[in-house]
Amino acid sequence: MIAELGHYMLVLALGLALVQAVLPLVGAARSDQRMMMMGQPAAYGQFLFSLLAFLALTYSYVVSDFSVRVVASNSHSLKPMLYKISGVWGNHEGSLLLWVMFLALFGAMVARFGRNLPTTLRARVLGVQALIGIGFYLFMLLTSNPFERLADVPFEGNGLNPLLQDPGLAFHPPFLYLGYVGLSVAFSFAIAALIEGRVDPAWARWVRPWTLLAWVCLTIGIVLGSWWAYYELGWGGWWGWDPVENASFMPWLVATALLHSAIVVEKRDTLKSWTVLLAIIAFSFCLLGTFIVRSGIITSVHAFATDPERGLFILIFLALVIGGSFLLFALRADRLQAGGLFAPISRESGLVINNLFLSVAAAVVLYGTLHPLLSDEVFGIKSSVGAPFFNLVFGLLMIPLVMTMGLGVHFKWKRADIKGVSQRLMAVVGLSLLAAVMTLYVSHGGGVMPAVWMGIGLWLLFSTLQELGQRIKLFRGPLADSLRRLKRQPRSSWGMSLGHLGFAIGLIGIVATSSWSEEEQKVMQIGDSMTIDSYQLTLNDVVPAAGPNYSAVRGIVTVTGASGESYMAYPETRSYISSPMTTTEGAVRTSLSGDLFIVIGESEGAGRWGMRVYHKPMQVWLWIGSTIMVLGGLISLSDRRYRIGSPEGRKQAGGKRKSGKPLHAH
Amino acid sequence: MPIKRFLPLFIFAGIFVAFMIGLNLNPREVPSALIDRPAPEFSLPPLEGAGIGLSRADLADGDNIVVVNFFASWCGPCRVEHPALEQLGQLDGVRLHGIAYKDRPSHSLSFLKSLGNPYDKIGTDLKGRTAIDWGVTGTPETFILKDGVIRYQHIGPIHPTEMDARILPVIRQLQQERAS
Amino acid sequence: MRILVLPLFLIMFSLNAWAIGVDKDRLADPAEEARAQQIMKKLRCLVCQNQSIIDSDAGLAGDLRGIVREQVRAGKSEREILAFMTDRYGDWVLLKPPVKPTTAILWFGPLILLGIGGFLVFRFVARRPQRLAPEPLTQEEQDRLKRIMGEKK
Repeated sequence: MIAELGHYMLVLALGLALVQAVLPLVGAARSDQRMMMMGQPAAYGQFLFSLLAFLALTYSYVVSDFSVRVVASNSHSLKPMLYKISGVWGNHEGSLLLWVMFLALFGAMVARFGRNLPTTLRARVLGVQALIGIGFYLFMLLTSNPFERLADVPFEGNGLNPLLQDPGLAFHPPFLYLGYVGLSVAFSFAIAALIEGRVDPAWARWVRPWTLLAWVCLTIGIVLGSWWAYYELGWGGWWGWDPVENASFMPWLVATALLHSAIVVEKRDTLKSWTVLLAIIAFSFCLLGTFIVRSGIITSVHAFATDPERGLFILIFLALVIGGSFLLFALRADRLQAGGLFAPISRESGLVINNLFLSVAAAVVLYGTLHPLLSDEVFGIKSSVGAPFFNLVFGLLMIPLVMTMGLGVHFKWKRADIKGVSQRLMAVVGLSLLAAVMTLYVSHGGGVMPAVWMGIGLWLLFSTLQELGQRIKLFRGPLADSLRRLKRQPRSSWGMSLGHLGFAIGLIGIVATSSWSEEEQKVMQIGDSMTIDSYQLTLNDVVPAAGPNYSAVRGIVTVTGASGESYMAYPETRSYISSPMTTTEGAVRTSLSGDLFIVIGESEGAGRWGMRVYHKPMQVWLWIGSTIMVLGGLISLSDRRYRIGSPEGRKQAGGKRKSGKPLHAH
Repeated sequence: MPIKRFLPLFIFAGIFVAFMIGLNLNPREVPSALIDRPAPEFSLPPLEGAGIGLSRADLADGDNIVVVNFFASWCGPCRVEHPALEQLGQLDGVRLHGIAYKDRPSHSLSFLKSLGNPYDKIGTDLKGRTAIDWGVTGTPETFILKDGVIRYQHIGPIHPTEMDARILPVIRQLQQERAS
Repeated sequence: MRILVLPLFLIMFSLNAWAIGVDKDRLADPAEEARAQQIMKKLRCLVCQNQSIIDSDAGLAGDLRGIVREQVRAGKSEREILAFMTDRYGDWVLLKPPVKPTTAILWFGPLILLGIGGFLVFRFVARRPQRLAPEPLTQEEQDRLKRIMGEKK
């Protein structure tokens, strides 16, 4: 009954989306106020019904209603409640419902907080949002209905993949989808601007917070996924350049470019058509990612069920949305008049160069992901493009990008004070070179590239700190003065500094863990020891263990460090009831200098066990850096200047929303 | 410049076409690198109680089309394709040989005893090294050779439809080659 | 049967369907072992998704690691070992695609893109002032301007 209601709600939501799409867009074309105003109630209604549909599906999971097909395939009565709920979006159909509910939510938010947007603009934005929603509703109702019933109701569900029963992974999809949907708002604004033939600074002031929100959510989503992979998968890998990982990374790269480009549009009224194009491209990458994951066109660990029929539907949808947008851009972009002037070396040009490198990086990742497919089709040659390629090419692209980042923050708008900047940065450059050389020395000449990357990571760190210090006149007056200045810095500049600092810290962590990780393996008996780096591990015992829906083998290991301090570690291998798979729960001990990652493997018979241990230097810097980046984004979002009726970010799925106070647009 | 503005559209059109074609391809099928090359050198010991082993010399058969099938007792699909192998083994002008891949000889033996032994000769590849030389990634895989040269590779079990659609036509074509 | 596809694929291609083992044939000389591991990172696990043979616990991956170690021990160069693998499995086994005409776009694309992009950026950034200088007013517009300025006084 609830499932049928949910199904009906979905159909109603589609109906309202149709209203929300047709009336405002037609109304805007005809300057018909009443038609345009229909956008808001339609948006609220669409959100209400899609939310009800989502809740209906959630209910089915919570009560383990196995007569609903997706619940039977993906859930199990013994699963802890948190994972029953996260199971709602852990499969193809449910994740689409989450997508569309978020889409409707953001549409409603634009309707609610966009009351002082020009009417035609708001109408068009809502209309385009609804058009996207229609595609998703149709896709679900025609090919991927989450409310389908089974004729024969099984007693028990097939259970979710035990790998997915994890807090990190439970929230990874919602954050990613929030990011994708946030970018859909930027997209809708871009299309609306093209239709109107105008981009003024107010447009950018609206697009920026949405893009920032989307970027923050995307960052959280990607990092959650990466962090999960790190501690769950058993060998400390956190990024594999897998096609589906790339599918979330490409939007992130473009969103970062968009974020920076929108700043130029807002502050200097230039770079308009490029920014509009970026907004379209960013969302296109989100849709592309959807296609890649759900169509089976590219092999991947993450892929949902491969189904060419669904793939065809999504592809046609892609063609309409992306092709249509690019066509519109080609035809209308000339209407967007360029504005402000700036010198060749200025903050503007720095941001343009930043955009260049980010775009090329996104293009490289795109082509690398598609090359196997293209090679097969065009040449009939099966080709692989894996981590070695991406690490090399992307890593090289990072060098000029990060160098520009370090320089750009020092440049003023319109014209940079080149002499002043170069004088100030002498010390930083020197320090970075020194760091690079020291890295070479400390790693015993272990490769030039790690030293180079370490150097530029530290360059960014020092340069960003230097810029901040410059702004608060650190060391050039009483400390209290500087602290006062620090507190009075606008939040958006806090955001910039923290964002870049976080990136630098993350980068340093990535360099360390990618270049200097160690691994040791040994078959051990109880009482045996092995060493890695400066640690000694002793296997004390191996005992059985159990959880709510799994049984496990647990190792008891004593780890002793160089200075004599020791701790106990309990790596496990788990077998889940509802699935033939085993998972490893590695014992991870984190410290700033590195992680020690202990894994117990299979029994080699007669009380002997395969043990593996990994040492990952500075791994946690990656997580800390990403968190600082996210923090910077959130602080920036809370800046009053951006709250022209736009809400502060939804910080987590289900979190409370603070209402934004509408300011006069100025 | 108008061309610049149409560029994103053109690029996307290209990607779209690629995807349309790609929907019909299977990314998991990987064609052999050994097509039209002579079979690798190997000499495998026999399965106890079932013959004298298998080596490359056995594949250079001037009268017959040779089919080599990699199998294992622990491989479910191998059971499924067994009738197809029996059919192949009984064809005129076709010699079917088997290679037991990473299997305990006693298990292979009972596998063959329970299903029937369709192979003319059997070699045991205990470590799987010979399979790697053949570019095999799993079982079952079947190769069709003429005059000791690999001409066709089939990955996965041979379903009855594939037997008619692919395997038999290839064999017939190779036999015609010989005749002419 | 479509509902079975998802769990089947997950089972077949899950990362932990194979038990985690320990390589017992690691080379005694740490430098040789390190060299072997560097080579392993470049070889694709052929029965996994997008992993190298060093990251995978699949049986075939283990066999291939054994071969790499043997050949490193026997003094073969990286190029020879990679050639051994591509002889049997084709270029697909290499995670870093070889630089060939068929991979030209992949390898040279980034540089070309940077070049074109850089050129466009340069044109946009370095010559902006000239491009954006407003067109001079027509005679009619100049007259209008004079009239308006006159009115303002």
